[in-house]
Amino acid sequence: MRFLCSRFAAALLVPFWATIADAAEVNIYSARQEALIKPQLDAFTDETAIRVNLVTGDAKELVQRMKAEGLNSPADLLFTADAGNLYAATTAGLCQQLRSEALERAIPAPYRDPQGSWFGLGLRARPIFYLPGKVDPAELKTYEDLADPKWKGRILVRSSNHVYNQSLLASIIAHKGSAAAEEWAKGVAANLARKPQGGDRDQIKAAAAGEGDIVIANSYYYAQMLTSDNEEEREAAKKLKVIWPNQADRGVHVNVSGACVTAHAPNKEAAVKLLEYLVSDKAQQIYAEMGQEFPVNPDIPASQTLQGLGSFKADELNLVELGEHNAEAVRIFDRVGWP
Amino acid sequence: MAESFLPGADSVGKAGGALPAHRRFRADLWTLGPLVLAGIIALPVLAVLAQLFLPTGEVWRHLAETVLTRYIVNSLLLGAGVGVGTAILGVTSAWLVTFYRFPGSRLWEWTLLLPLTMPAYVIAYTYTGLLDFAGPVQTWLREAFGWTREDYWLPPVRSLPGAIAMLTLVLYPYVYMLARASFLSQSVCVIEASRTLGLGPWRTFLSVTLPLARPGIIVGVSLALMETLNDFGTVSHFAVDTFTTGIYRTWFGMGEPVAAAQLGATLLIFVAALLLIERRSRGAARYHHTTGRYRTLPTRRLSGAAGLFAAAACLLPVGLGFLLPVAVLGKWAIETWTSTIDARFFQFAGNSFILAAISAGVSVTIALILAYAQRRRPTPLVVLAVRLAGMGYAVPGAVIAVGVLLAFGAFDSFIDGWVRSTFGSSTGLIVTGSSAGLIFAYSVRFLAIPVSAVEAGFARVTASMDGAARTLGERPGGVLRRVHAPLLAGSALTAGLLLFVDVMKELPATLILRPFNFDTLAIRAYQMASDERLRDAAAPGLLIVLVGIAPVILLSRAIARSRPGQMRE
Repeated sequence: MRFLCSRFAAALLVPFWATIADAAEVNIYSARQEALIKPQLDAFTDETAIRVNLVTGDAKELVQRMKAEGLNSPADLLFTADAGNLYAATTAGLCQQLRSEALERAIPAPYRDPQGSWFGLGLRARPIFYLPGKVDPAELKTYEDLADPKWKGRILVRSSNHVYNQSLLASIIAHKGSAAAEEWAKGVAANLARKPQGGDRDQIKAAAAGEGDIVIANSYYYAQMLTSDNEEEREAAKKLKVIWPNQADRGVHVNVSGACVTAHAPNKEAAVKLLEYLVSDKAQQIYAEMGQEFPVNPDIPASQTLQGLGSFKADELNLVELGEHNAEAVRIFDRVGWP
Repeated sequence: MAESFLPGADSVGKAGGALPAHRRFRADLWTLGPLVLAGIIALPVLAVLAQLFLPTGEVWRHLAETVLTRYIVNSLLLGAGVGVGTAILGVTSAWLVTFYRFPGSRLWEWTLLLPLTMPAYVIAYTYTGLLDFAGPVQTWLREAFGWTREDYWLPPVRSLPGAIAMLTLVLYPYVYMLARASFLSQSVCVIEASRTLGLGPWRTFLSVTLPLARPGIIVGVSLALMETLNDFGTVSHFAVDTFTTGIYRTWFGMGEPVAAAQLGATLLIFVAALLLIERRSRGAARYHHTTGRYRTLPTRRLSGAAGLFAAAACLLPVGLGFLLPVAVLGKWAIETWTSTIDARFFQFAGNSFILAAISAGVSVTIALILAYAQRRRPTPLVVLAVRLAGMGYAVPGAVIAVGVLLAFGAFDSFIDGWVRSTFGSSTGLIVTGSSAGLIFAYSVRFLAIPVSAVEAGFARVTASMDGAARTLGERPGGVLRRVHAPLLAGSALTAGLLLFVDVMKELPATLILRPFNFDTLAIRAYQMASDERLRDAAAPGLLIVLVGIAPVILLSRAIARSRPGQMRE
């Protein structure tokens, strides 16, 4: 009990401490799940003795919190699970521009902000999955094919409230314009097997159970299910196969999980050090093995599981464009009635 | 407990209990103190409401053309469904356990309160895992009967009716609790008079007992409705678009805080209108008992089929709202405990526990000060201030959190700037960067609960008691200490217990405001569930429920004892 009380007192006093404590710490507001970044952060602390403080939450709520805290925000780094939110934080003036040779060398240009405001750390694709036997993959080669009326009542995908779908639609807006994107969203919305519900894993499970036979989901969810401790999840994932769409043209839609150094970072030096550590070979291997993300650093191989899905051509659109078209994407979803 | 549970929702005996009104404004401690205190509490909500006056451009047109109708229709249907559902479950079960004896009736008395400990989002996770297409029930059906998807139809859990069912199951205890308190406070004379005038037990219930309990029942239903409008976890998990999810989407998804705040304000106005309509519909009717003499309420024994039927009527809400979800959570927790229950798990539990205890203490103290001030100086200004302070109950947690950030971010920066320029060092964020901000947010969110409970407690302390004490030579401080305090202790304790349970369950404000490295059980459960690891969410979810059981039992005792002169059989 005394232990708890002292911990609690410490939390009450955090702001006072923060000003007195030595600089050997770095504060993170993270929209990424703790479980997915803790191994890398722990490894960083082990190597550098820099303490990492963490608050997790929804990206947009964390951004609101940083806005309200203003100059005094204790956050040094903002982690998000997608580029759209990093773009939003950048336009809100919450991120600072950064030049770092280590970061620029490790991260290919499409996966970081051209001005150095934010950096992608892990990569994921959003391909199509299908039930062999029910779907002929020869008939489903592009995202555009999903809008074909022949798939009516067969597509499983999560709600448009989620940024993963918003980014996918934003990429289509960027490539083909608003009107074509709206037409596409309308077509897909008409083909849904059920009202969108649950997350990406739920779609895969529902397809395995026979509720639909085509799923749009992120690559790491599928790979995590394939390697899960839970037999049910493994079995469900094994029933589906992947299609890498648009290989003949722009490539499969990809996004990053990434981070920016905040505009008023009190521990900027430590923050940059952490970012550089996260693109190092060792940390990138953790991204690959623990989180089943594709390492953003092209020198590091993906996990065995992901390699088993075959190689693919990725969309090389600069991810800044996903952020630029996000608001338009939300409005299109509202208009076409994709819940 | 409280007949008057919500600020201003009811006025049984209040006028009789208050000291003579001081209508003139007096700038003394008892006027200014509560004004300042209530002002600080109301600040976050006012900061959000202030956004109403900012221009929003064409966002509203987009909302109106596309999603607004859906938000309104879903919210209304959800509210109507939960209102009717909680009223039926709550009143029926309260009536049965108060006036009848049947198998297990003493057990149901307190077990009926247990779903109160179940956070709505946890029960939603549980039933989703159980009843989804890929879940064990449907899989079993398909395997047992060789069905495929086309061969059968079951109502989907993740739907509007599903959300109504989930919320009804965890919110009916509010109605049960207040209906039971109202039934218990009724004088036997009224019931006997009705029987002598030739009404049967059924007619007596419908035309005497029920109308007399109406204020309490209405307050219970409005509490349930406000919790419903406030709910985010369940409806977002079920993908049911309501006003609250709309506020989130507009604020965080479209980046339009002003339009979102305006949606929130619309919701507030709607709630206020509902309460007003109810008050009007009661018209001039007042509910008074002619006598303060109470005897033990007569109870009838139900045996045979009637008894079993009554027991089943109580088992249904307890079973579906508590026993079944706890069993499922327990099963999942056992399957996952090796990875979920570690040293950090106990840290989360400790954080939850201490946070809830401190918040309950702080809120009850504030409520006591406000209610006492209101009794000493019942001027319209003070009364208004107290009402404003209780407003947060109808505001979604995330909106309150952002309000706290808006209001106190500025305050923190001001202090920091002043200290910086005066002493040359920085204080950082005093309120919003620490658990103090969190405790404050809970006070804003839940203050209506202790304020109304304490107000109701004060209403039982009549002016003649004060007079008698003063005549006998007590000074005002002595009256407070030796007359008021013992009489109020019960209501204050009850309010504190309810708060404790509510803070343990609170999610959205905690998520936004918590300091670094400070997670609670609710946060943990949410993180796991949002990462689609429902089974890993079971252990923290289950502990929230288990920790809530002890306060709920105490609460049940407090209600049972609330009847003056009631003897336990």
